[in-house]
Amino acid sequence: MTISRRALLAAVPVALATPRLAFAQAGAGRVVIIGGGFGGASAARFARDRFPALDITLIERSQTFTTCPYGNLVLAGRRTVESITFGYDRLAARGVRVVHQSVTAVDPAGRRVRLADGTDVPYDRLVMSPGIDLRWGAIEGYDEAASARMPHGWIPSLQPITLLARQLQEMPDGGTFVMAIPDNPFRCPPGPYERISMVAEYLKQAKPRSKLIALDAKNGFSKQPLFQDAWEELYPGIVEWRGASSDGRVMRVHPATMEVETEFGEKVKGAVVNVIPPQMAARIARDAGLANQSGWCPVKPATFESAQVEGIWVLGDATIAAPMPKSGFAASSHAKHAIACIAASLAGRAPPAATFFNTCYSHVGPDYGISIVGVYRPGPTSLVEVEGSGGISPRNATMSPQRRREHRHLEALYADGWYESITNEMFG
Amino acid sequence: MNVRQILPFLLLAVAPALAQTSDPAVLAGACQGCHGVAGQGSHGIPLIKDAHSRAEFVALLQAFRANQREATVMGRIARGYTDEQIALLAAHYARAQ
Ligand SMILES: Cc1cc2nc3c(=O)[nH]c(=O)nc-3n(C[C@H](O)[C@H](O)[C@H](O)COP(=O)(O)OP(=O)(O)OC[C@H]3O[C@@H](n4cnc5c(N)ncnc54)[C@H](O)[C@@H]3O)c2cc1C
Ligand code: HEC
Repeated sequence: MTISRRALLAAVPVALATPRLAFAQAGAGRVVIIGGGFGGASAARFARDRFPALDITLIERSQTFTTCPYGNLVLAGRRTVESITFGYDRLAARGVRVVHQSVTAVDPAGRRVRLADGTDVPYDRLVMSPGIDLRWGAIEGYDEAASARMPHGWIPSLQPITLLARQLQEMPDGGTFVMAIPDNPFRCPPGPYERISMVAEYLKQAKPRSKLIALDAKNGFSKQPLFQDAWEELYPGIVEWRGASSDGRVMRVHPATMEVETEFGEKVKGAVVNVIPPQMAARIARDAGLANQSGWCPVKPATFESAQVEGIWVLGDATIAAPMPKSGFAASSHAKHAIACIAASLAGRAPPAATFFNTCYSHVGPDYGISIVGVYRPGPTSLVEVEGSGGISPRNATMSPQRRREHRHLEALYADGWYESITNEMFG
Repeated sequence: MNVRQILPFLLLAVAPALAQTSDPAVLAGACQGCHGVAGQGSHGIPLIKDAHSRAEFVALLQAFRANQREATVMGRIARGYTDEQIALLAAHYARAQ
C-alpha cells in the first residue's frame, strides 16, 4: 500500500479536523473505527465524550443505519422503518470525522486502511466493528438472489426488513409464514423468537386464519420458557416451533416453489418464507486476518484487542465473546472498554479492569416484554459470567397474576426506554 | 457522604482482587444503555443523575442486590457489581455534597 497524502486529505472533510496540537498531548492519537453500527457508533460517541484528545475517524459505507433491534416491531405493524433509521450528522457535529466509504483492505504493518476510492487512511489504533456476513449457500439454494423472494431481515439495512414486512402485509389470510432459524452462534440469540412473537401478534389481529411454522436447527434457545409460556397464552394454535430433534433443521430452499426442505426431506411451503441463514464475521475482518477457522474473530478477553493481529481492537458480533451474546448492547459494552484500553495504551498506562454488560429485551405481545441480563468479567481464555448475577425475567408461575401483568407491562415499557437511550447515545 | 468518607471505598477499588481499577465512565456506560447518556431516564426508567446522595445510591444498589427492593431488572444487574464498583458508580451518578 502506498499513501497518497493529497488523496487522503481530499477524502476527509477538513472542517472537523482536530488541531495538530492535540497529537502532542499525552494519550492523543489517531483512532480509526470501521463500521458505524452498534459497536462503532457507540465507540465514536464514547471516545468524544470521555477522551476528547483522541482524533476519531468513523468509516461507514452506508449513509443511514436501520437498526436490527425494533425491526421485528415493524413486522408487527407497530413501527415504521423510518422510525428505526438514523443518520450520522449528530456524530459528525460532535467532532467525529465521518467518512462514508467502504474499507477494502487493512494494512496492519503499515497501520493504514484503504478505502474503495483508493485513498489510504493512516491510524495509530484501529477499531473494527463490521458486524456479520450471511453465509450464502450454507443452506443449499439460499443465495442473494433467493433472498429477494425469501428475505432474511437480519442485517442493518432498510431493504430486507421492508421487503419482509411488505410480504407479510400482502400475505392472504390463511397463508403460512415459515421461518428457518440457524444453529449457534448467530446474531441476536433471542431475535428469531421475538420475531415469531411479533409476526404472531400481527397474524392474530390481521390474519387470524394464518399460521406460523418455525423450523429451528437447535433444540433450545434464549429465554425459551418465557417465550413458550407467552406463545401458549397469547397465540394458541398460531405458533408451531420445531427444534432439530423434530426435524427442524432446514438444509435446502426452493425459492421457485416457496418451499424449504428439512434434514429428513420434508418440504414445507410458505406464503412468506423468512430464512435466517448461518453467519460469520464480516468480510473486512476475515480479509484482515482477524478470524480463525470458525469464521469469527478471537479477542483477548481483558481488552478486546484481536488475539491474532496487534493494534486492532475488534468489537461486537464479529468477535468470539461467548458466553456474551451477539447483541447491540454487548457491542456497545465492548466499545466503551476498548476505547478506554486504547486511550490507556496511547498514554502508556495499563488498561482498566474490565466488566462487560448486556441486557436484551424482547417484545412478545401487546404490553408484554421480557428480558435477559448478563454481567461478565474476563477469564484466562474467555469471558466469564459473574456468578449470581444476570438471568431471565421470572416465569409466570412464580408471580401473582397481578404482579405478572405489571412485570410484563413494565418490561415492554422499559424496552422502549432502552431503545431510545441506546439509539440516542449512538446517533443523538 | 463527603469525599473523605468515600475515599476508603475508592481505595478499595484498587485492591488486589481487581488488579487494575475500573474506569468509572466505562462502568457507567452500561447504565447509560437504559438510563440514558446523562442518566436522565426515559419511558419509566428512572432518573439516576444527581437524584440521590452517595449513601442513598449505594443503599439502593445494595437493596437491589439483596432482593429487598422491588425490581424488574435491577436485582439481576446489581448482583454483577462489587462494592468497590458500586462506590465508583455512586461517585459518578450521585449528587456531589
Ligand atoms: C431482528 C433482530 C433484533 C435484534 N434485537 C436486538 C435487541 O433488542 N437488543 C440488542 O442489543 N441487540 C439486538 N440485535 C442484535 C444487534 O443488531 C447486533 O448485535 C448489533 O448490530 C451488532 O453490532 P456490530 O457493531 O457488531 O455490527 P452492526 O451493527 O451490524 O454494524 C456494522 C456496520 O459496519 C459497516 N461495515 C461493514 N463492513 C464495512 C466496510 N468494509 N467498510 C465500511 N463499513 C462497513 C456496516 O455497513 C454496518 O453499518 C438484534 C438483531 C436482529 C437481527
Ligand atoms: C436494562 C436497563 C437498565 C440498565 C442497564 C440499568 N438500569 Fe437501573 N433501573 C432500570 C429500571 C427499569 C429501574 C427501575 C427498577 C426496576 O424495575 O428494576 C432502575 C432503577 C435504578 C435505580 C433506582 C432509582 C430510584 O430512584 O428508584 C438506580 C439507582 C439504578 N437503576 C442504577 C443503575 C446503575 C448504577 C446501572 C449501571 C450499573 C443501571 N441502573 C443499569 C433499568 C436499568
